[in-house]
Amino acid sequence: MSRPLAVEAIDLVKRFGDNTAVDGVSFVVPEGTVLGLLGPNGAGKTTTVRMLTTLSVPTSGTGRVAGHDILKEPDAVRRSMGLTGQAATVDELLTARENLKLIGRLYGLPKKYVATTSDELLERFSLTEAADRTAKTYSGGMRRRLDLAVSLIAAPPVLFLDEPTTGLDPRSRTELWEVLRGLVRDGTTLLLTTQYLEEADHLADDIVVIDKGKVIASGTPTQLKDQAGAASVVVTVTHADDLERAAALTRTVSAEVHVDETSRRITAKASGLSDMTRMAHVFEESEIPVDDLGLKRPSLDDVFLHLTGHKAEEVDDLEAQFEEEEVLS
Amino acid sequence: MTTMTSNTRPPISPPSMLRASATVVWRNLIHIKRMPEMLMDVTVQSVMFVLLFAYVFGGSINPPGPIPYKEFLLPGIMVQTMVFSSAVVAMGLTNDLQKGIVDRLKSLPISRSSVLVGRSMSSLIHSSIGIAVMGVTGLLIGWRIREGFVDGILAFVLLLLFGFAMIWLGIWVGSLMRTVEAVQGFMFTVMFPLTFVANTFAPTQDMPSWLRFVAEWNPVSGLTQACRELWGNAPAAPSDAAWPLQHAVLVSVLWPIVLTAIFAPLALRAFKQRSKD
Repeated sequence: MSRPLAVEAIDLVKRFGDNTAVDGVSFVVPEGTVLGLLGPNGAGKTTTVRMLTTLSVPTSGTGRVAGHDILKEPDAVRRSMGLTGQAATVDELLTARENLKLIGRLYGLPKKYVATTSDELLERFSLTEAADRTAKTYSGGMRRRLDLAVSLIAAPPVLFLDEPTTGLDPRSRTELWEVLRGLVRDGTTLLLTTQYLEEADHLADDIVVIDKGKVIASGTPTQLKDQAGAASVVVTVTHADDLERAAALTRTVSAEVHVDETSRRITAKASGLSDMTRMAHVFEESEIPVDDLGLKRPSLDDVFLHLTGHKAEEVDDLEAQFEEEEVLS
Repeated sequence: MTTMTSNTRPPISPPSMLRASATVVWRNLIHIKRMPEMLMDVTVQSVMFVLLFAYVFGGSINPPGPIPYKEFLLPGIMVQTMVFSSAVVAMGLTNDLQKGIVDRLKSLPISRSSVLVGRSMSSLIHSSIGIAVMGVTGLLIGWRIREGFVDGILAFVLLLLFGFAMIWLGIWVGSLMRTVEAVQGFMFTVMFPLTFVANTFAPTQDMPSWLRFVAEWNPVSGLTQACRELWGNAPAAPSDAAWPLQHAVLVSVLWPIVLTAIFAPLALRAFKQRSKD
């Protein structure tokens, strides 16, 4: 029943001076599955990926990729995996085709194979038309796609993606998700890091949440959502004047009611769909005009808040900005 | 051991260090082709230096011996070009580190030194293009190689040898600095005194004695004197000159060895440290 493991992190620790970036991270990724490594900026996601991909030497602990130890057989690991780094690491002065050729040659792949596979990959990532233009002229989404194509030139069974959609517009993001799903269908194992809970929810079979270098939760998206607790019914009344009366009404259905005056919204803990139907019924009878009434299941954002006590994104906007600047300067 | 059944994989046969380095050189040469202005430092700038010194300052500088100043000047500027190869290599390396290209290369099953070897080789090509441009400019304004063929070639070999040592300095600085701008700032602060407090543009005899001492022990001076002697562009150093100028050719062989012995370990350590994290 259990599949062979494509990636194992075994008690990985990485210290930079006094600062412990990764503090005993362990997880496994079975072959053919997708693991989402979820956490805010500075949580240790990138450092974990850098250790697993042999770019960084762990202070202690180890890992295996495709069965090869990252410390003892780094070359075998490098043969078995592809890596798409945080900033799209394509060579801007090279064309898409030259980028593919460069990496293909460095893998020592036969010329013909590189040529035909390049054409296939360019086609698959909708880059055929731009294939002979320098990557400097590409949009963010195109760069990411090229970066991914380059990582796939040697058809690695395991692919590491470090924040593959950071900085992409929603459309490019959805497109990239589609491409990644295709890879998984073909049997590739993915390990992706992300700050976007939605992304992990969409793509990952399993999620490992890390914060301040430690694993704080893991499980399937559904399991994690269950941890964050019950669903709630959210009612938005049309007129602020009705808020008080509406709140009283919701209290007849739910024991826990929260009123937000600025958004004219009432949130009431609910046990499920039946509570929502009852609520809808109550409001229909009361003739209080309502803009919206619906059931809200906890999102992974709520999960994160629940687990860490702070929101995923707000913490690190500054840091993210700083990193961005570092890349640009 | 896990068997990977899902993908049919192409035959991966990682290239040797030299082949991988050659591929990196290929990539760096495409860069020069796409951005010829990258060569400006060793072409336009050097030509500008030649013209500036030959025609603006040259009139007020007295070269030793009967040879015209232009001829005295040219070996100095060629040495300057070689010194600047360290800036070239440092900026290229920092750029690759910054943009994540080095990470990408390190994630491949190739020898990690090929990143450095490839960078050094393309930097030497870069500087050699500069030397060639200098040579042609020199010939146009009256510079000549007046000694024998073997001596002439030996001078070029000494230039390349010095360039090789300078590359290690470049790798060291490139691995330590975080941005290309920082490299530029640092390198030019170091390069200018290094190339000017020497016999590059003016003879050292008239300098205050302490400065003359520093200038004559500067590796740049030894090499410049060696090239001048080997090409017949200046007489042998005067008898009161410091030891390195009296033995210019020998010194030009020794300095690169000493400099490499100092900077290569520092460079490798810094690069390894930078790329360990």
